[in-house]
Amino acid sequence: MADHAKTHAPLDEHVAHHFTDAEQQRESSKLGMWVFLLTEVLFFGGLFCAYAIYRSWYPEMFHAAHKALDVKLGFINTLVLISSSVTMALAIRSMQLGNKRQTMYHLFATLIFAATFLVIKYFEYSHKFHLGQLPGKYYTYTGIEGSNPHVFFSIYFVMTGLHGLHVIGGMIAIIIMLVKTSRDRFNALYYNPIEVTGLYWHLVDLIWIFLFPLLYLVS
Amino acid sequence: MEPTIPQTHYLNSPKGLKSWLFTLDHKRIGIMYFAAIMFFFFFAGLLAIILRTELLNPGRDLMDAEAYNRFFTLHGAIMIFLFIIPSIPAALGNFLLPLMIGAKDVAFPRLNLASWYVFVGGAIFGIYSLISGGADTGWTFYTPYSTSTTSSVSSMLLAAFILGFSSIFTGLNFIVTIHKLRAPGQTWFKLPLMVWALYATALIQVLATPVLAITLVLLLLERTMGIGIFDPAMGGDPVLYQHFFWFYSHPAVYIMILPGMGIISELISHMSHRKIFGYNAIAYSSFGIALVSFLVWGHHMFTSGQSELAAVIFSFLTFFVGIPSGVKVFNWVMTLYKGSISLATPMLYALSFLVLFTIGGLTGIFLGALSVDIHVHDTYFVVAHFHYVMMGGTVMALLGGIHFWWPKMFGKRYNEFWAATSAIIIFIGFNMTFFTQFILGAQGMPRRYYTYIDQYQSLHVFSTYGAWVLGLGFLIMAIYFIHSLIKGKPAGNNPWGAIGFEWETASPPPTENFVTQPVVTHGPYDYDKVLIPREMPTRSEKVAR
Repeated sequence: MADHAKTHAPLDEHVAHHFTDAEQQRESSKLGMWVFLLTEVLFFGGLFCAYAIYRSWYPEMFHAAHKALDVKLGFINTLVLISSSVTMALAIRSMQLGNKRQTMYHLFATLIFAATFLVIKYFEYSHKFHLGQLPGKYYTYTGIEGSNPHVFFSIYFVMTGLHGLHVIGGMIAIIIMLVKTSRDRFNALYYNPIEVTGLYWHLVDLIWIFLFPLLYLVS
Repeated sequence: MEPTIPQTHYLNSPKGLKSWLFTLDHKRIGIMYFAAIMFFFFFAGLLAIILRTELLNPGRDLMDAEAYNRFFTLHGAIMIFLFIIPSIPAALGNFLLPLMIGAKDVAFPRLNLASWYVFVGGAIFGIYSLISGGADTGWTFYTPYSTSTTSSVSSMLLAAFILGFSSIFTGLNFIVTIHKLRAPGQTWFKLPLMVWALYATALIQVLATPVLAITLVLLLLERTMGIGIFDPAMGGDPVLYQHFFWFYSHPAVYIMILPGMGIISELISHMSHRKIFGYNAIAYSSFGIALVSFLVWGHHMFTSGQSELAAVIFSFLTFFVGIPSGVKVFNWVMTLYKGSISLATPMLYALSFLVLFTIGGLTGIFLGALSVDIHVHDTYFVVAHFHYVMMGGTVMALLGGIHFWWPKMFGKRYNEFWAATSAIIIFIGFNMTFFTQFILGAQGMPRRYYTYIDQYQSLHVFSTYGAWVLGLGFLIMAIYFIHSLIKGKPAGNNPWGAIGFEWETASPPPTENFVTQPVVTHGPYDYDKVLIPREMPTRSEKVAR
């Protein structure tokens, strides 16, 4: 199957047998990622919908409960993720220019930012575990006024937890890109795996940018 | 000249189990899906026959109420998640889509293989649920019962969650394939209508399935961690679950029927050698159905306590589905008019579809009407309605498609006499089973009970006999298909004299699908310009010769 590809120019090494050329392959992988992002938006859409319903049911409780979240840490995490988006974009740009070293630096920086995000999230979580601000029936905290404050924490943990899993998924993809870059799998003409990883990473950031005001800045 | 089977084709090169398990060939993946869904279809069909047999007499015959609950849940969940959702797109669609657009494969072959393994993984969880006692909630997993029952609901939920990913992968793959891999000259309006239908289906798969995924995650968390989002005792809302669930599951019924409609568009035109009537209308109506499908979920909840205004709006929107569906039916009938109709088995199924789907669709309008729905809600009327749409619609289309493309898939003919006989037996058995249930439902027989009052018995007995006739029809089918695989005569490249890229290549096709890249020179149904003789002539054509 892959035999006939070897007779073509170096660029075509990366073109799978069922595509006519590199351009078709590149467009296909990008469209595929966009469609996948659409599914992600709908996946989180269900949660945003649940959030909207319960917030309209219990507006006072949501206001009281959000004060338990640490705005400072949330804000730092927002900055961390936005920075990671910048370095991700720079990594793609560097590979477009054929600069392997810079690409690896930028990918590595993205990875560090992602890890920082998770570390901060870990501290936030463990603080809440300690206080008993837990979802549903495990909720034992008594310091919040209003009815059913555990609903807020159910939604908080499900939303940020699933987002955290997506961050981990993104980190795995970035590590794969790092390894492939170090093995010279990419060049200035063939970089679409990094590009689609970047698309995914930006969505993960974007979801956080919605989560932060919805959860931390209830007014 | 007698047709022959080519020396090497996708089925025999390369050889060996490993070459199948690691194949990236869409045709082999399609066949693997085909084998899996047929296994589950026969398994869940057997469950249905057992259920019907239990209903021969009121009271306990074979099983008690609890076992009955588990059996019908299993029948429903397997038929929906393991058979009908993947049936046409993942099995026939996988096999046909690249062939129909003149491509070598789908856009992401590895993702395609992954979707099959994910499907198998989900199926294993489903089977685990069965072994560990089975779920007893019905396939809809309504809260609060599903969060409190001790039966093995969690593994069934995981199964449905995992199967959803398989469905998303297939949908994503098809969207990109249709956008990017069409043959030179094949513009959107020169695509076979099957491709349009698969595209509309893929859109729903991609847009609706993630919502089911998050719903099932929330339900799982509710069961395992008690997050209380659907629990009224903890300030949650059980009706919210129903909203979430039907936001996926109503569009999902169009995941089931749309590809069936695509097959019917192909069968009606190709089997009557007549240019399809109203190509654009059929193509657009697929999108009309896909669009409206997202706006009607509330009609499952007329009696669940949603607001009356919402119920009226959902009822009104539900009637809208009738318009694009009606557009299709009328166009198919118009296509038949003055066609050179072959009454070979695929066409028998297409005609069955026209009759049964129309009944199923019309009774759907009855159910969409608020006042009628209050009367027949959760009765056998609903059961009969969705079996007419799902089995009378999708399964008939699938069977028609299998009989139509069987010669292409395996390069062999099947016994036409027994095929036609079993098609007729299935048609009769189906109507005996399910038309009776319309009457039972209108008389007030509630669904999901293992017993009933004596006055319903004669109708129940008739319905059960129908189920046995249906079973006989499928038994005959299994026998002649196995016979065809072993001893079938070579089918030839184009036994039906049909237009389409898939008929221009060998039967079975080579691994690369086409020896040279095909190019579009005429429309997909231009029987007024191109006439290809049938290699399997119709009876009247035989007489004429």
